Amino acid sequence: MDNIAGTKSALGWAVNLSVVFLVVLWLIPTVGLLVSSFRDRDQITASGWWMSPFAVEQNYQASIPAEEARKDGAFFVIEGNIFSGGEGEVLRFGGARSAPTAYAPGETADLRRDRSLVVEANGDFIYKNPEEIKRDPNVYYSTATPPSFSLDNYRTILFSNGMDVAFINTFTVTIPATIIPILIAAFAAYALAWMDFKGRGLLIAMVVGLLVVPLQLALVPLLQLHNKVGIGQSFLGIWMAHTGFGLPLAIYLLRNYMVGLPRDIIESAKVDGATDFQVFTKIVLPLSFPALASFAIFQFLWVWNDLLVAKVFLPSNSESWVMTVKIADDLLGSRGGDWGILAGAAFISIAVPLLVFFTMQRYLVRGLLAGSVK
Amino acid sequence: MSPIVQGMLTIVIGVGGCIGYFFLSNLILDKVIFPAKGPNPGVNINRANLVRPWLFLFPAMAALGLYLVYPVIGSFWRSLYNRSGDEFIGFGNYAVMFADDGFQTALFNNFLWVLFVPAAATFLGLLVAQLTDRLKWGNIAKSLIFMPMAISFVGASLIWKFVYANNADIGLINALRDFFGAEEPLDVLQVQFWNNFFLMVILVWIQTGFAMVILSAALRGIPEETVEAAIIDGANPFQVFFKIKVPQIMGTIVVVWTTITILVLKVFDIVYTMTGGNFGTEILPSYMMSYMFRDDGRATAVAFVIMIVVLPVMIWNIRQARAEMR
Repeated sequence: MDNIAGTKSALGWAVNLSVVFLVVLWLIPTVGLLVSSFRDRDQITASGWWMSPFAVEQNYQASIPAEEARKDGAFFVIEGNIFSGGEGEVLRFGGARSAPTAYAPGETADLRRDRSLVVEANGDFIYKNPEEIKRDPNVYYSTATPPSFSLDNYRTILFSNGMDVAFINTFTVTIPATIIPILIAAFAAYALAWMDFKGRGLLIAMVVGLLVVPLQLALVPLLQLHNKVGIGQSFLGIWMAHTGFGLPLAIYLLRNYMVGLPRDIIESAKVDGATDFQVFTKIVLPLSFPALASFAIFQFLWVWNDLLVAKVFLPSNSESWVMTVKIADDLLGSRGGDWGILAGAAFISIAVPLLVFFTMQRYLVRGLLAGSVK
Repeated sequence: MSPIVQGMLTIVIGVGGCIGYFFLSNLILDKVIFPAKGPNPGVNINRANLVRPWLFLFPAMAALGLYLVYPVIGSFWRSLYNRSGDEFIGFGNYAVMFADDGFQTALFNNFLWVLFVPAAATFLGLLVAQLTDRLKWGNIAKSLIFMPMAISFVGASLIWKFVYANNADIGLINALRDFFGAEEPLDVLQVQFWNNFFLMVILVWIQTGFAMVILSAALRGIPEETVEAAIIDGANPFQVFFKIKVPQIMGTIVVVWTTITILVLKVFDIVYTMTGGNFGTEILPSYMMSYMFRDDGRATAVAFVIMIVVLPVMIWNIRQARAEMR
């Protein structure tokens, strides 16, 4: 309809620009996290991630070797280069810890007790002291550090912080909790879609109602129940809990899809003598693959990203932490200020869902539409 | 036994058990209890078909009953008992709770969340859906805005912790303030009242994609003739959108709105990760979690209040579903 009167090119521009604006706005937080996860701690606190392609001004401290002092007139003098042979450019310098960047290169810093210090931009310095120099004097200077990106944060978090255990735990929780409800729900959905019996309408209504029951209600009674029957807080417990909590959506999605399958196929199969069990396994299940895939993705994302159920139904020791619990309860507390580590951990935890999301978006969208538009 | 081995075993037992159950129970029903032969095969087949739905439904119904229906009653029952669960105190927990300042704050904040998040997410979702509708690169744009849906609430909170960081060299908000001449960085999460909205923005950021996907499909479903007729009659693009398109997808807008509302009432992760409920940002789900493991009586009472708030939506959903089936 682009050519119909009423669509003006100015409006087209406005639309394009505003969509660009919105997309950028939506992406900025995630990009910030991604960029930060590759920078080291000092760089993160020295400049914003949006400045990360540029050099960072960082402060350093160097000590001048006292044994190189020589007597020159009334002064003891040390000369040398603070980069000690390396390359660099001094932006500011100072002679006291309290004012590390008080002077520009080339200026003479007058220090306490008649001492003086000159540092050139290339790092050459002259330090003068009227008394004999016994301890190594300190020079403070700031220099432009080139941008550096590395995988250090990921290395730290994976190999020395227990994130690898949490990653495996998340997988361990997610896979059974995704597969088992599908199977149980598929049979129930078939019965609710294609079998005639008394109370079917009531059961469907019940499933729809249970879709919105807040999980919070289930926590206390179920944990007590699990403790009573001896499951306690364990992986078995969380698999069962996720299976139960995922069922309403699974049944609802699958039933909606199965109802839409062509009646002819199913009826002619029955006329040919197929039992309900055969119709289900040989015809309905293969045809329902898209709906099964949508639910599997939903459940996978939901279980992978869940914090509440994992906090309640898994043991609270560090060997059984999943990634969400690890980040929320451990890293944010103990590593609250270590932004690089936090960014790396967050990115490890969202990498798999993002991968699933971008490869299987089609099924996800289809599932969303089946789940709420009808 | 390591959790991985246990996990694989569970998959095998779970999947095998399900298949075995369904196969065997059907086999027994058809061959042993009501065989389709003998003196009266016809009656037997009919009887078997009366029982079969329940064979198909049994595992799901048992799991639903145990994990969702029983807890509703169990939670309510538990909320009538004291902290240790050995003394019946009627509505004592509720009385204490409603008098508690923390609960009142949580209730008020939750009210704000329910007002703001669904409205903002639905509005932005509709906006993006409409803007990208005829765009060549619309699908890429939509996919990028949809992306936060895949990120956990904890991950999203961390992402936004960087945006809100109390340091002009880390947080974008403070960098912008710095750019416009603010002297000191500001911890936006500690600004009373408004900090709630900074937390809500995170959920809006996540949920806009959801609203966009559904509303975009609904926009595509509008009959072209209605739009064409309006354009021929001289309607400008804004009139077409507000007077022709929006009224036709009103039903979908309501569904999106209620779905997000339900979600808002359950999400505790964001508040828990960002502020831990401090600085006056508590909402009901996080308030409940702060009593979980400490005072089960109070925790279940809060959960039941959430249930009561959700109840009207639940009833409305059920009525919609029943109306469709007729």
